[in-house]
Amino acid sequence: MTVDTASPAHRSGSIKRFFERFPFLPALIILIVLLVLNGIYQPRSVSMIGITSLVKTYLALMLLAVAQTYVVYAGDIDLSVGAILSLVNVVVITLMQQWGGGALPIFGAMAAGLAVGLACGVVNGIVVAAFRLQAIVATFATSIFFTGLALYVMPVAGTPAPTAFWRTYGGSLFQVPFVFYVVAVLAALLFALTRTRLVTHLLSVGDDAPAAFQTGLPVTAIRIKGYALCGLFSALAAFCVTGDTASGDPLVGGKMTLFSVAAAVLGGSALSGGFGTVVGSVVGALIIGLINSLVYFIGTPSEWQNLVQGLAILLALMIGVLVGRMARR
Amino acid sequence: MMSAVAFFKQPLVVALALIAALLLLGETLSPGFASGQQILRLLIVAALLGIVAAGQNLVILGGREGIDLSVGGVVSLSAIIAGNLMDGSNAGIPVAILGCIAAGAFFGLANGLGVTLLRIPPLVMTLGMLGVLQGLLVVIRQGIPSGKAAPGLSEFVTQPVLFGLPGIIWLWIAIGLFMAFLLKRTVFGQRIYAIGSNEHSAFMAGVPVGVIRVSLFVLSGVFAAIAGICLLGYSGSSFANVGEQYMLPSIIAVVFGGTPLAGGKGGYTGTMAGAVLLVILQSILTTVNIDESGRQMVFGATLLVLMLFYGRGKALRT
Repeated sequence: MTVDTASPAHRSGSIKRFFERFPFLPALIILIVLLVLNGIYQPRSVSMIGITSLVKTYLALMLLAVAQTYVVYAGDIDLSVGAILSLVNVVVITLMQQWGGGALPIFGAMAAGLAVGLACGVVNGIVVAAFRLQAIVATFATSIFFTGLALYVMPVAGTPAPTAFWRTYGGSLFQVPFVFYVVAVLAALLFALTRTRLVTHLLSVGDDAPAAFQTGLPVTAIRIKGYALCGLFSALAAFCVTGDTASGDPLVGGKMTLFSVAAAVLGGSALSGGFGTVVGSVVGALIIGLINSLVYFIGTPSEWQNLVQGLAILLALMIGVLVGRMARR
Repeated sequence: MMSAVAFFKQPLVVALALIAALLLLGETLSPGFASGQQILRLLIVAALLGIVAAGQNLVILGGREGIDLSVGGVVSLSAIIAGNLMDGSNAGIPVAILGCIAAGAFFGLANGLGVTLLRIPPLVMTLGMLGVLQGLLVVIRQGIPSGKAAPGLSEFVTQPVLFGLPGIIWLWIAIGLFMAFLLKRTVFGQRIYAIGSNEHSAFMAGVPVGVIRVSLFVLSGVFAAIAGICLLGYSGSSFANVGEQYMLPSIIAVVFGGTPLAGGKGGYTGTMAGAVLLVILQSILTTVNIDESGRQMVFGATLLVLMLFYGRGKALRT
């Protein structure tokens, strides 16, 4: 990715180089435009309360998009992230209900939830990387399996979360909404992960797997680790859904899977692997959220909202791909 | 002459053997499962999936990560358009068929142009299109009542027409023959394989790569539209997002039929067997007495095991 900086001869514009360093920039511009438009049509939406509620609702999708990004780095895809999210959601809720709603049981349940997410991710990794099945169909099959597990844990939606859990998620700490602490911790975590060897390895596998293998990288193990990381972040996303909806639902994540892919693409990641940023995916998730709210604020009749959202997201996806490719060329 | 091992490794042979095994299993689990009447019912359901999978198959064969996630949306859209245009009367059938095929071709064309002219990856383009289609469905459904199937259409799909087989089975056989002819006997078909296995050399050899890829997406839309009309005939009236259940299963049917997602090789005969295999598997799971959670777990696990029989990727170590 940084090779080209050594040969500036054929690389003219500095804007181009800037895009190359920060591939999420186009997405960020779209995000700012959307924020301004939201502010024009509904000034309250860009207030502290408006932004807080946007983050609160879309934090789960941001985390799920990050999860998707780590497998997309390696040129893989995970169509089971939504099912993992649902499974962790019902496991966490069920454990909290059984152990009581105190602080210790809540943390215990969350630890168990992370373990479940990790296990699901490792299963996906083994199926795709070790058994060498095609990622799209294999993770679709595991998603059916995980959904079955979630239905086994909680056959019908509705078990409530302990009050302490959703009060904390939706509340404030020292006058600052709790979700912003989550965002801060997340930012630190993502920054730390970006500097790890694993992320570099994932990107090099996605860029050219045979070459990565020939330089001695354990390609299979790296891809499994990518899926494991994806499972962990899906579990984190599940915590946010649990905090936001305050209840368990074995099918809650199903619809989010394809949005996580869309968010990663919006953020400038290439589905063919080897190129992308998690920041971009977070921005991509916010773009989806802002498109949804803008469509509402400009007063689209309710039955037309889905169509306008669909068209706007398709348009944003196309812009994301086109600008991303221009930056890489 | 191929060796016995090579013979049994052919996807079509694997699929047919698995179908026979599953029928046997179904018959032992619940006697009457493999009766003529039941098998006919299974074939009708498989035909619906198989027709969607025909278009999916073409798009996948064309390579460059070809995939069509919007087929489910087109199936739903077509079912609702057909229901409204015929609204329970046989006289409306021709208009309905034309309207649906036009709609399917339109969305296929949009997908194809996005993929070729703008070079948007097919997964992204068709994913975005799926969102548009789902939105469009909401608009249509709230604007006009969802119509009814014409009696003639329902009869065609569910009642015997010729030699005891319903019209939809004959339609599926015809599509199978059409696909085999198209892929094996026409220049167009050979060019599909050419762009699927090596787009660059196909381009250098003068193959109009873009035109062919666009037409594959158009055909995929048209096949999904045809499946939507048949689905309306099968269920009598269209309901919310009927087509969604076909999106990923159509891809799995193609994979079970021996066409790898990388494209360039495979064919439709295998896909037909793949669709039957998938439908029988689902049907067995509904006859055995387990609850929904167990059914899903067994279904997911079985799909994974079955996938091990098919196109595993190449090992990096050679």
